[in-house]
Amino acid sequence: MRQPYTMRMLDGRGWIFLVVLAAIAVVVPVLNFALPPSSPFYLQNHWVPLFGKYLCFALLAVAVDLVWGYCGILSLGHGAFFALGGYAMGMYMMRQIGTRGVYAHPILPDFMVFLNWPELPFYWYGFNWFPYAVLMVLLVPGVLAFVFGWFAFRSRVTGVYLSIITQALTFALMLGFFRNNFGFGGNNGLTDFKDILGFNVQAQSTRAVLFVLSALALALSFLLCQWLVKSKFGKVLVAIRDEEPRVRFLGYRVENYKLAAFVLSACLAGIAGALYVPQVGIINPSEFSPANSIEIVVWVAVGGRGTLVGAALGAVVVNYAKTYFTTGLLAPYWLFALGGLFVLVTLLLPKGIVGTISDWIAREKPMNGAVANGGAAEPAPKPAE
Amino acid sequence: MNGTAPQSLLYLDGVTVSFEGFRALNKLSLVVEAGEMRAIIGPNGAGKTTMMDVVTGKTRPDQGDVLFGGDIDLTKLDETEIARLGIGRKFQKPTVFENHTVIDNLTLALAGDRRARAAAFWHEDAEESARLDEILGIVRLGEHRDRLAGRLSHGQKQWLEIGMLLAQEPRLLLVDEPAAGMTDAETKQTAELLRQINRDRTVIVVEHDMSFVRELGVRVTVLHEGSVLAEGSLDQVSADERVIEVYLGR
Ligand SMILES: Nc1ncnc2c1ncn2[C@@H]1O[C@H](COP(=O)(O)OP(=O)(O)OP(=O)(O)O)[C@@H](O)[C@H]1O
Ligand SMILES: [Mg+2]
Repeated sequence: MRQPYTMRMLDGRGWIFLVVLAAIAVVVPVLNFALPPSSPFYLQNHWVPLFGKYLCFALLAVAVDLVWGYCGILSLGHGAFFALGGYAMGMYMMRQIGTRGVYAHPILPDFMVFLNWPELPFYWYGFNWFPYAVLMVLLVPGVLAFVFGWFAFRSRVTGVYLSIITQALTFALMLGFFRNNFGFGGNNGLTDFKDILGFNVQAQSTRAVLFVLSALALALSFLLCQWLVKSKFGKVLVAIRDEEPRVRFLGYRVENYKLAAFVLSACLAGIAGALYVPQVGIINPSEFSPANSIEIVVWVAVGGRGTLVGAALGAVVVNYAKTYFTTGLLAPYWLFALGGLFVLVTLLLPKGIVGTISDWIAREKPMNGAVANGGAAEPAPKPAE
Repeated sequence: MNGTAPQSLLYLDGVTVSFEGFRALNKLSLVVEAGEMRAIIGPNGAGKTTMMDVVTGKTRPDQGDVLFGGDIDLTKLDETEIARLGIGRKFQKPTVFENHTVIDNLTLALAGDRRARAAAFWHEDAEESARLDEILGIVRLGEHRDRLAGRLSHGQKQWLEIGMLLAQEPRLLLVDEPAAGMTDAETKQTAELLRQINRDRTVIVVEHDMSFVRELGVRVTVLHEGSVLAEGSLDQVSADERVIEVYLGR
């Protein structure tokens, strides 16, 4: 009997991940809503958007792992796709403010009134309409990734050079978004949001819904990526990561595979950004800063590159540590801690948390189909004798 | 050689490749007919691998014609296009996907739609799995089916790569040193395997191992300093004084 493909697609850790994620998606809102504040298990309000933020970062990390872990594209510019998705959602919420802004202009956001802009720039058109904004959340990062990838992969830019130009991409966008005349609120970015689809973004119930939606987006994106990496497409990606020229000699159009993975990854990053912004209440150009993109790669490395689950776990673990460190006495040392963590992980756990645990489990029970004939490390019996 | 022109499966004429002034190929001319198996020998640095690089699109020649099937100009195409025409290659250093299982390596090589969307929705059908099993049998890796390719011995990797070539179903196979690092018995089996493949495909094989070349029993081309030094049966070329001087006599 063959299992349905979706069952075979998920391995043990995939199931664990989905079950834990589902549990979190239920437990966090319940502990916040159903319990009285006096209960010892009551979850304070501020934790809900904070956990929601972690889930968005986890989704972002999964997106980076798809291209880095499986296809060897070390993107140090994914923060840009995340921020663009965030800006698209932020623009929608800015348009929802309407006359409730400080200047009470029915159409123009406050910062445009302040800059004496006579009318809404054309690229803000349509953002008052939610489906259009959602489309842009996917389209803007997707198209940018397509154009960038089309040139980079076709000219066979790989390795460090590719990483550097992805850094340049996010850096250039940061400089652009910092400018007032770019039309995205300059260095203040977009903030003071009032509502989303008619619901108050500050309301605890809206935050709970956004939290659950983030968990759902993470689960669905994980499933999509998992399906993809288990398919023949995913095997081609890994082959490209390990022996790119060989894949060409087999007749595969390597740049198309890279481009498809890169564009999908950018769209997922955009979704993560779009869910992040209503939960944190602000998007500004610092989200484009090159260091942010590097941080994402650290999350993935810590959790375990090329495992998807590890990327999500790494994002949560590192960001939890960051929250813990950056509030309190240790705040000035966070960057040292992050740098130290990265060095430690690369030296001691080159496969990250999940990769190391998987190896450890595999060593405990080495007997499965893959190595059925006489242990993993031994050379196989020579076919000649 | 100009007289024999186009209708041959592979036709190289006056091919020159320079690396910073050094001529790896120097007006190389070589014609291989459809259905033929050709052995290419020559000292280290003679340009054997470079010749394969030129045919498979890895290296663009500075000068010369490279024609496939009579009229397709290979110098205008890239690696992917050339592979899709039906030219497969085994590398000098065995190059398999070490993090994939043996069967996945073969599956990736298996002839079929190479486009990304087709790969995402690909499911093995009965015909394909029968073909994969057949290839596993031919290259004697049946019992290593689900093993990671990186865990195979050197000789097994060589065979896996030959299996991948077979799965590709090319018209022309370029095989660079298939017997390197093999035991005598394995070398013999490899020669047998290539003869078997040659029943319905054209094969060009580069090899240093003379007993292997003898085993193949095919026409031999001797390369030296980027051009053809001699061509004929192994006995003929081994009797050639220049060949003895530059290659065999050392
Ligand atoms: N990419 C390159 N850049 C510079 N020189 C090269 C390059 N590729 C090959 N060469 C040189 O061209 C010459 C021919 O190399 P090639 O690999 O074709 O020799 P070969 O006949 O395959 O030798 P071997 O028997 O050692 O495999 C050598 O001197 C080599 O150093
Ligand atoms: Mg060589």
